[in-house]
Amino acid sequence: MSTTHQLSPVAKLEQKTVVDLILKGKRMDERSPLDHRPMTIMLGIIEKANGSAQVYLGKTKVLAGVKIEIGTPFPDTPGEGILTVNSEFVPLASPTFEAGPPDENSIELARVVDRGIRESKALDLKKLCIDPGKKVFMVFVDVYVLDHDGNLIDAAAMAALGALVDAKMRAFKVENGEVKYKDEIIPLPMLNYPVPITSAKIDGSIVLDPCLEEEQVMSCRLTVTTDKNDQICAMQKGGLGYLTPDEVKQIVATSIAKSRGLRETILSKVK
Amino acid sequence: MRNQEVVQLINGKGLRVDGRGLNELRPIKMEVGILDKADGSAYIEHGKNKILAAVYGPREAHPKHIALADRAVVRCRYHMAPFSVEERKSPAPSRRELELSKVIRESLEPAIMSEYFPRATIDIFIEVLQADAGTRCAGITAASLALADAGIPMRELVAGCAAGKIEGKVVLDLSDIEDKKGEADLPVAFMPKSNVISLLQMDGSLSEEEFRQALDMSTDACRKIYEMQREALRQKYHVAKEETEEKEEIGEVEA
Repeated sequence: MSTTHQLSPVAKLEQKTVVDLILKGKRMDERSPLDHRPMTIMLGIIEKANGSAQVYLGKTKVLAGVKIEIGTPFPDTPGEGILTVNSEFVPLASPTFEAGPPDENSIELARVVDRGIRESKALDLKKLCIDPGKKVFMVFVDVYVLDHDGNLIDAAAMAALGALVDAKMRAFKVENGEVKYKDEIIPLPMLNYPVPITSAKIDGSIVLDPCLEEEQVMSCRLTVTTDKNDQICAMQKGGLGYLTPDEVKQIVATSIAKSRGLRETILSKVK
Repeated sequence: MRNQEVVQLINGKGLRVDGRGLNELRPIKMEVGILDKADGSAYIEHGKNKILAAVYGPREAHPKHIALADRAVVRCRYHMAPFSVEERKSPAPSRRELELSKVIRESLEPAIMSEYFPRATIDIFIEVLQADAGTRCAGITAASLALADAGIPMRELVAGCAAGKIEGKVVLDLSDIEDKKGEADLPVAFMPKSNVISLLQMDGSLSEEEFRQALDMSTDACRKIYEMQREALRQKYHVAKEETEEKEEIGEVEA
C-alpha cells in the first residue's frame, strides 16, 4: 500500500533558508532558478557490462549498466526485442535507503525512465528480434543510485540513455533461428534520445533540477521527458502538492528548451 | 500501439470506434455509499470501467510507528481484479499497480485536510472490477467521492479524466482500443474550483501545442465530471432524506 512517508527531519531554519532564497530568485548553490547543476557523464566505465554510464548531477551520482541477453519475446510483441529498466536505491546512497525489495519510489523512478525510452522509441526493438515468437535479444538497463542529493529521475534517465548509447554487441546474423556472431562490434540500434527535465514547485516558485534540500521543502515536482524532435514522450507529477494548468504549460516549454543542451552533452561523449 | 492489425480509430465523419466525437466523454454513472462496512464508499462506471472505492478512517494508525505527529497518514491501494482484463492478471500487486497507488495517493492527498487528524490513518482502497482504459482517473473520481462520503474534510473534490492522441488528433477519454493503438495518453486529475492539477502523467508522443490542447480538453472534462460527482453526493442524501421521511410517516422514527 502506498503510504504518506515521513520526511527526514530538516531544521525549520534550514527549510526557511531554502524557501527565502527561492522567493528572492536565488538558490543555495547560487544557481538561477532555471539552471541545472553541472552535469558530467562518463561512458563505458564498467568493462563487463555491454554499456555503462555514470552521471554526476551536482553531488547526485547515478550509475547505469546495460546487459544484453537472449530470451523469449512477450506473446503480444513476438517480433520485438525486450527492454527492461530496473532501479536500485542502494543503502550506501542515503541514510533513508534500506536494503530489500524495491519500494514505490524506486519503482516509480524505473518506470519513468522506462517510459521515456520506450515511448520515444529510443531503442529499435524490431532489430533485436532473432526468431519471431521464439528468440529475441533482451536489453536490461539497471540503474544504480550511488549518492542521493536530489533529482534522481533526471540523473537516472540520463545515465540510462548514456549506457544505451554506449552499449555494444557482437554483430550477428540469423541462420535457421540460431544466432551466428560475427567479429564486428556494433552499437545498439538507437533511433531517439529522450532527456528528462524535472522541475520543483517551492512556495509557488518553479525551480529546475531540485537538490535534496529543495526536494525536502518542495510541494511537488513535474518531470517532462522530450525527444530529439522536441516531442514530449513522458511526464510524471510527484509529491503531495499541485500545479495550475499555466504552471504546467510553462514547465513544459522550459523543459523542451533546456533538454537540447543536455542531449548534446550526452551524445558528444559517444566515440 | 504495436499490434499489426489495422483498425480505423476515427471514421470519415470524424467519429470514433464507439461513435463518440473527438471531445466527448464516455457515459459515466456514479453511486455513493454502496458498501455497508466502509466509512465511505463509491462505485463508478466510466465507459466499460467498473470500479469500487472504499475509505476507512480516520482510524488509529497500525502499526503505530507509521503515525505522523502533525497530520494523518494517507494510505492508498489501487488494485485490479484478476478477471478485470482480457488475460487473467495475477492478484499479486504488479509494479504498475504500485506506481499507480503512489500517484493516486499523491493526487488525493492535496485535497484531504489531513492536518486535522494527527496520528491517525485514512485508508483508501480502489478495486478495479473491470478495466477499459482510464482506470486511474475513474479510480480517483470514485475515491474522492468515497472520501467525501466518509465525512473526511476536503478542500475540494478531485475529478480525473484522460486525454490523448489517436490518428494524429487530440481526443478526450481514450477507450481500451484507442489506448492500445493510439499515439499518446495523458491522465489528469483536477480540482476545478482551485484550478489546480494534482495528477499528471503522460506517455506517447505529443508536440507542445498538442499537449496544451490535450491538457485543456481534460481539465474541461474534469469540470463536467466534478458536477456529476456533486450530483451523486446530493443523490445519496436525497434518498436518505426520503427514506427517513417515509419512516417518520409510519412512525418508525420519533420526529
